[in-house]
Amino acid sequence: MKTKPTTQKSAPPEAKPTEAKADTMVLRLYVAGQTPKSITAFINLKKICEEHLAGRYKIEVIDLLINPQLAHGDQILAIPTLVRKLPEPVRKIIGDLSNTERVLIGLDLLPRE
Amino acid sequence: MKKSRTQLPKSPTGIQGLDEITGGGLPKGRPTLICGGAGCGKTLVAMEFLVRGAREFNEPGVFMAFEETAKDLTENVASLGFDLKDLIARKKIVLDFVYIERSEIEITGEYDLEGLFIRLGQAIDSIGAKRVVLDTIESLFAGLPNPLILRAELRRLFRWLKDKGVTAIITGERGDETLTRQGLEEYVSDCVIMLDHRVSDQVTSRRLRVVKYRGSTHGTNEYPFLIDEDGVLVLPVTSLLLQNIASTERIPTGIQRLDTMLGGKGYYRGSSVLVSGTAGTGKTSIAAHFVEAACRRGERALYFAFEESPSQIMRNMRSIGIDLEPWVQKGLLKFQATRPTFTGLEMHLTMIHKAVNAFKPQVVIVDPLSSFVVGDNKTEVKSMLMRLVDFLKNSEITTLFTMLTSNRSTADIHDVAISSVIDTWMSLLDIEIGGERNRCLSLFKSRGMAHSNQIREFRLTDHGVELRDVYVGPEGVLTGSARQAQEARIQAQQMVKKHDVELRHAELEGKRKALEAQIVAMRAVFEAQEAEALRIIRQEQAQEMQLAQERTNMEVSRKADTATDTTTKKQKGGAK
Repeated sequence: MKTKPTTQKSAPPEAKPTEAKADTMVLRLYVAGQTPKSITAFINLKKICEEHLAGRYKIEVIDLLINPQLAHGDQILAIPTLVRKLPEPVRKIIGDLSNTERVLIGLDLLPRE
Repeated sequence: MKKSRTQLPKSPTGIQGLDEITGGGLPKGRPTLICGGAGCGKTLVAMEFLVRGAREFNEPGVFMAFEETAKDLTENVASLGFDLKDLIARKKIVLDFVYIERSEIEITGEYDLEGLFIRLGQAIDSIGAKRVVLDTIESLFAGLPNPLILRAELRRLFRWLKDKGVTAIITGERGDETLTRQGLEEYVSDCVIMLDHRVSDQVTSRRLRVVKYRGSTHGTNEYPFLIDEDGVLVLPVTSLLLQNIASTERIPTGIQRLDTMLGGKGYYRGSSVLVSGTAGTGKTSIAAHFVEAACRRGERALYFAFEESPSQIMRNMRSIGIDLEPWVQKGLLKFQATRPTFTGLEMHLTMIHKAVNAFKPQVVIVDPLSSFVVGDNKTEVKSMLMRLVDFLKNSEITTLFTMLTSNRSTADIHDVAISSVIDTWMSLLDIEIGGERNRCLSLFKSRGMAHSNQIREFRLTDHGVELRDVYVGPEGVLTGSARQAQEARIQAQQMVKKHDVELRHAELEGKRKALEAQIVAMRAVFEAQEAEALRIIRQEQAQEMQLAQERTNMEVSRKADTATDTTTKKQKGGAK
């Protein structure tokens, strides 16, 4: 619905449509402006996705400074927050995603202990 | 409260009583912490602050809920008469539910709460909010790990709220040793209000205390408060000063003889009257008379009944000729009946306040006061009574309390030491003589008026209360049939005496008559004798004249000379 997220989409767009819709992971990264934490989070996310989900993911970056009303929908408090919209259930990962292992656990790509 | 010029600007809460305690409200543009245990009313106090702000002070507000969903909250406060939906629709209030579920969240490094700031900022800006409530922000600690970051962020949040210039309430759960579980009082230090909900003698009462208020004076006591269908009501009663204006107006008691006993005019308006007595001495009847008299004058009366239901009181009073029902129908008289054990003392006090403020009566009856005394709470009853009397006096309301005393002696009433707050105290006693009980009324005291020191017999008749003089004599105070018997005896004695006197009078009269008769008789005898004597005298005089004539005739015939004169004289004397 918003234009911003699409402009910020980076590598995945060309990979996504070709792949099957079923196992595509839809991710939303909520940030507030171009803060160091946000940038770190985005870089970390991209790296993880490329390594573990190559071609099976879609990332939307939502800048709450631009679209503050979007914070309600996913109950965003902390910044940065990564929300896995699909597949269900919704998962939230808070922080700059510097701990790869925890990100993978959060995205159900690694089993929880 | 006295000098407001140096005080910081305040934001009125609109909550009755709380503004008085805080001297005008919460610190404007600063955060206030409201803490307390579960179910103590934090959320409702905070919500009322917002709703009243929006409705009465034109200050829109944002409610950020961390525990209850918007729907639950709306439903919960609807019972207090707050129509949140309407206020939200009119853009007076924004309700934002923040949902945090720990199990759905994974932490992967550093974060901040910018999202919360943005949400709050957006909500504030969308309606130009002046007030903000964060309820209960501590649940963030349960939802998000890394308390260090959270603390830093909260500190930033409160600073940010201050910068925004909004008046905020932050609620917090009470901790073991700190005011709040997470020590929020470290960050929110301008104003801290503590709520408490405690149980004593199986009765709960809510209390509120302003722990701290920077830059302002405030009431420091614990104040009872009430949550009912009209919201929160706090009573700053103990802070009242003795400044009530004493009225010189007198109002009749409804019993003529009692008025006479009270200097001829009745109670003072705005005074406190206590009717104490043992069971069944007619305390309620005196109260009913007073109420009826007030209603007759067109005044409003509020009757707090703690032992009998309104219909029972009305039925019973009808039996002594006092019909209260028409006044109830006219809306001049209102009964409020509750069991004393229904809530704590404070709550009763609060409810009385509320009812009085709503009904605005000139006369209040509390029947009976003694049912509040349970076990060892006499000091509490006294403090309650004191506050109640203060409040009622300030409103120029004449109050009549009834009080049941357990025995004949008045000593146990003095224990409660309520005398000091009572202006007119009458006592109804049972006097037992000659196998019967009789009621007597006496005045212990009546401030500011000449009043009778006599005991009166108190009778309940089918046309109300009647006061009779008691018989006071060598046999002591007599009442009831003893008094009647005594009166009859006296009457008999008087009859006898009267008889005696009459008898004597008659006797005397007889004597006088006899004497007079005698006098008449004697006079008759005397008159007879007198007549006889006079007749003889006259006869003799006639004879003598005849003799003298004859002598003259003889002298003439004998041609006697002058010498005869002397002999005539001699003969006269000899004839006698």
